[in-house]
Amino acid sequence: MSLKIVQPGLSTSIQDLGRPGFFHLGIPIGGAMDRFALRCANMLVGNPEGAAGLEVVFMGPQIEFTRDALVAVTGADLPAKVDGEPRDGWTSFEVKAGQTLSFDFLKSGARAYIAISGGIDTPPALGSRSTYPIGALGGVEGRNIAAGDVIPLGEADLIEAGQTVPADLRRMPGNSAELRVLPGLYWHRLTEKAQQGFFDDDWTVALEADRMGYRFKGGSALEFVDREQPFGAGADPSNIVDGCYSYGSIQVPGGLEPIVLHRDAVSGGGYFTLGAIISADMDLIGQLQPHTPVKFVKVDMDQALAARKARKKMLAEVRAHLG
Amino acid sequence: MKTRYTYGGDEHIYVEMDDEMSLDAFFKSLSMSNAVRDADIHGVTEICPANASFQVKFDPDMIHPDEMMRRIKDLEHNADDADKRMKTRIIEIPVYYQDPWTHETLMRFRERHQDPNGTDLDYAARINGYDNAEAFIEAHHSQPWFVSMVGFVAGLPFLYQLVERDKQLQVPKYLRPRTDTPKQTVGYGGCFSCIYSVRGAGGYQMFGITPMPIFDPEGKQNYLRDFMVFFKPGDIVKWKPIDRAEYDRILSEVEADTYVPRIAEVDFDLDAFNADISGTNAKLMEALNVA
Repeated sequence: MSLKIVQPGLSTSIQDLGRPGFFHLGIPIGGAMDRFALRCANMLVGNPEGAAGLEVVFMGPQIEFTRDALVAVTGADLPAKVDGEPRDGWTSFEVKAGQTLSFDFLKSGARAYIAISGGIDTPPALGSRSTYPIGALGGVEGRNIAAGDVIPLGEADLIEAGQTVPADLRRMPGNSAELRVLPGLYWHRLTEKAQQGFFDDDWTVALEADRMGYRFKGGSALEFVDREQPFGAGADPSNIVDGCYSYGSIQVPGGLEPIVLHRDAVSGGGYFTLGAIISADMDLIGQLQPHTPVKFVKVDMDQALAARKARKKMLAEVRAHLG
Repeated sequence: MKTRYTYGGDEHIYVEMDDEMSLDAFFKSLSMSNAVRDADIHGVTEICPANASFQVKFDPDMIHPDEMMRRIKDLEHNADDADKRMKTRIIEIPVYYQDPWTHETLMRFRERHQDPNGTDLDYAARINGYDNAEAFIEAHHSQPWFVSMVGFVAGLPFLYQLVERDKQLQVPKYLRPRTDTPKQTVGYGGCFSCIYSVRGAGGYQMFGITPMPIFDPEGKQNYLRDFMVFFKPGDIVKWKPIDRAEYDRILSEVEADTYVPRIAEVDFDLDAFNADISGTNAKLMEALNVA
C-alpha cells in the first residue's frame, strides 16, 4: 500500500493541482508546475487528473514498491526503469510488489511527473497534498520526499497497462523557447525603448529557477520613465507600494534580471511588474533548464485566449484518446 | 486618487487605487475588493486585497476578461461611498529589539546592505534623523500600526504606522535581498513594518524579533487552532518592547501552549483618526490596557 523512497533524487516533491483560495494570505496555489504533464500521467494510470503524484526535478528518485501498481512518467524526458529494465515515457507500465523504479539521466526538459495508480495519499493541507516547504504545508510533513520515507497510496482498480499519449499530443520542450507575454500591470513604468528592448533581446534561463520563480539573464537593463517615487514605494525606480503579484507576472528588480513568478509565487511585494506570461505557457516554463535561450513574445488578450483554447483542445484530445 | 485598471496576464485583473500609500487608498481598496466578493461574479477564483490595490484571479473559460473588467469597474462607485469605519481588534505584539538572532543574520549579509559598517537599526535611525537606535526604537513602538496587507509568504503582515505622514519612518530595502531571515523577525521596508511569519529570504531591514508565532501549520498554538494564519487586513498592532528575560518567559509559554496574546476589540474610524490622530491612538491603546 505504499512507496518506499530509497533515493529521493535532487528535489522530488508531492504535487497535485494545488490549493486555490489562500493567496490573499500569502499561501500560493502551488501544485505541478507542468499541469498538462501531471494530468496526462494520472489519466494513463486511471487516476482522477488531479490526483497527487511526484514532481521530479533533473534527477530521478529510486522507489521500491510494496504493492502492484500501474505507473506512468510524463513531462521531461527522464527514462524510467523497472528493476533496471527500460520503460517508455508517456506510457503506462506495471510495477510489481518488491520491484524498484529508478531513472536514467535526464535527456530533455526539467520536470518529470510520476503518477501511480491510486494516487499518493498523504494527508492534505488546506485541501491539497501539494508540497509548499516555505509554509510547511502538504508533502511529507510539509517537505520534499527524503530517503527512508514511506509514502501511502490510495486504493485503485488496476486498468490495463500500455496506454500511451500519442507523440503529437505530448508537449516537449525544445532547445530554445518562446514565452508569450501580455504587457500590463506596471508596463507604463518602462520607457518605450525598454519596452521594445525587452522583446528584442535574447535571454537565457538563469540558475535561480525553481517553483517560486524563474529568473532570466542576458538582456539589457531596463530604463524607467522618470518620476518622483510615490510615498511608501521606496527609492529605487523599480519599486512600487507593495501590491499583489499575478501568477506568471514578470518583475525586474532594479531593471536588471526578469523573474517570472510560478506556482509557489510570493503573493505580493514591492517590485514593479511589466506584465505576465499567458496561462497557456506556464506549463512550458516548468520544463526549461538553466541556460536555455528564451525570447519573450508580445501578444494581446485575443491571442492569449486563443492560445489557452488551443491548450484546452489538446488536453481534450488526450482525454478522448485515453477514453 | 485615480483608480487604474489593468490585466495581469489572461487570468488576473489588477486594480490600483493610488500609486502612493495612504489609509484612504487602503480603505477604498478593501471596500472595493469586498464589493467584488459580495457581487459573487461567476468565474472569480481568488480576491487579494493589498495596501493600496487589489487583484482578482478568474477563470477566463468561464467569463471573458473584458466582461470581468466591466463588472469590476461597475463596482467602483460603491467603494467611493464606502464606510471608512471598521470593527477590528488591537493586538499587543512583544518585540525583543536588537536581539542576537537578527544581529547574527544582519552581520552575515552585511555586504548586501547600504551601510556595511553599522547595524540595520543604526542605519535606520540615522537616515530618519534620530540620534541613536534607542530613540528610533522608541519611535517605532510608541504609536500603533495598521495591518494594510497580508501576503508575500504565509500570513506575513505588512503594517502601516498610524501617525502623520511627516512622522512616518521610511527605510530602503537591502541592496540585494538576503537568502535568510529568522522566523518572526520584525522588519522594515519603504514605509512598512512587517513580521516574517516563517524563516526565509527577505529584503527588509531587521529590527528585532517577536516570540509570538503568527503562522502555525501544525496547529500547536491555542490561539491559532481555528486557522493557521493570525493576521487579517484591518488588524491594529501595538509593539511592546521586551528584554531577553521576558522573551525567554514568553517563549516558554509558547512552547507549553499557554501563551495567549493580549487583544482588545475596537472600532476604527478613518475620519475620526484623521481629525485627531493622537487622541484616536490614545483610545486604541487604552482599550489594550484594560484588556
